[in-house]
Amino acid sequence: MPIDLYRIDDRLIHGQVIVGWGQPMDLGFIVLVDDEVAGSEWERELYRMGVPPEMALFFTSVDEAVARLGEWRADPRHGMLLTGDVETMRRLTERAPAIREVNVGGIHHRPGRTERLRYVFLSPEEEQALKAMEARGVTVTVRDVPSARALRLGELSGAAKTA
Amino acid sequence: MSDPRGPATAPGGGGGPKAIVLAHGTVAEALVAAVDLITGRGDRFSPLSNQNLGAAEIDALLRERVDALGARVIFTDLPAGSCNFAACRLLKDTPGLMVVTGVNLPALLQFATRDTGSDADAVAAAVERGGSALRLLTGRPSAH
Repeated sequence: MPIDLYRIDDRLIHGQVIVGWGQPMDLGFIVLVDDEVAGSEWERELYRMGVPPEMALFFTSVDEAVARLGEWRADPRHGMLLTGDVETMRRLTERAPAIREVNVGGIHHRPGRTERLRYVFLSPEEEQALKAMEARGVTVTVRDVPSARALRLGELSGAAKTA
Repeated sequence: MSDPRGPATAPGGGGGPKAIVLAHGTVAEALVAAVDLITGRGDRFSPLSNQNLGAAEIDALLRERVDALGARVIFTDLPAGSCNFAACRLLKDTPGLMVVTGVNLPALLQFATRDTGSDADAVAAAVERGGSALRLLTGRPSAH
């Protein structure tokens, strides 16, 4: 199986990812694309310590993720690619056209962001970046857990209507 | 009106919080309320929730509570959860801090009711009690 889910989640690896999605997906590996985590041995060990031992973790930069995406997509296990912010996913999708669908799983409150859903707060720049992904043909859906209905950007509260 | 992320102290009969319980949703408050109901010692714990918070906010909230209480023990629910990762981040620069994950009611009851020994002893006893409390119980096999 290729990577089943490309997810933006500012909690990175956490309960929803490992249990909520991981159990029904039979998740075998996670690719965590985050420069800060990739550059910190402490953070890498922290996540390794927390996840089930049978689940593989790859910590990468955007550059490495672009270079190795084909390898992960050919992996027989079910996989998930995670970024902690919209900007990282935007950079990734621009350079990796094989990514056709992105899941917004959790972007929480921060100054400058507006609440769109209980678990999604977006700045104008982040909303613009998500729309730009859609304009390039990437399907962007918003869903925290698999049992929830996948929403499109235009269905979010306060979303600007596009012509 | 109570803080939805959890009060700094829980109800109880005195002694003050010795540990923080950080968990998903309302789990921490419910566990601490149950400890109080059973032992009257809910005030040994300070419950916190990660609800609707990003990773950086959970980190900040927990650090603030640890500093405010001088707590040296944190119980979390899921090993791979954001609560546990936040607690483990504090291990890096908080000497003496202990994090226990996979918390359950028997573990908290054990910790709350141990009045002698060090925090480390109380934590070890809680881990033992909480771990051994998880058992499979089945009915007596039918005769046919």
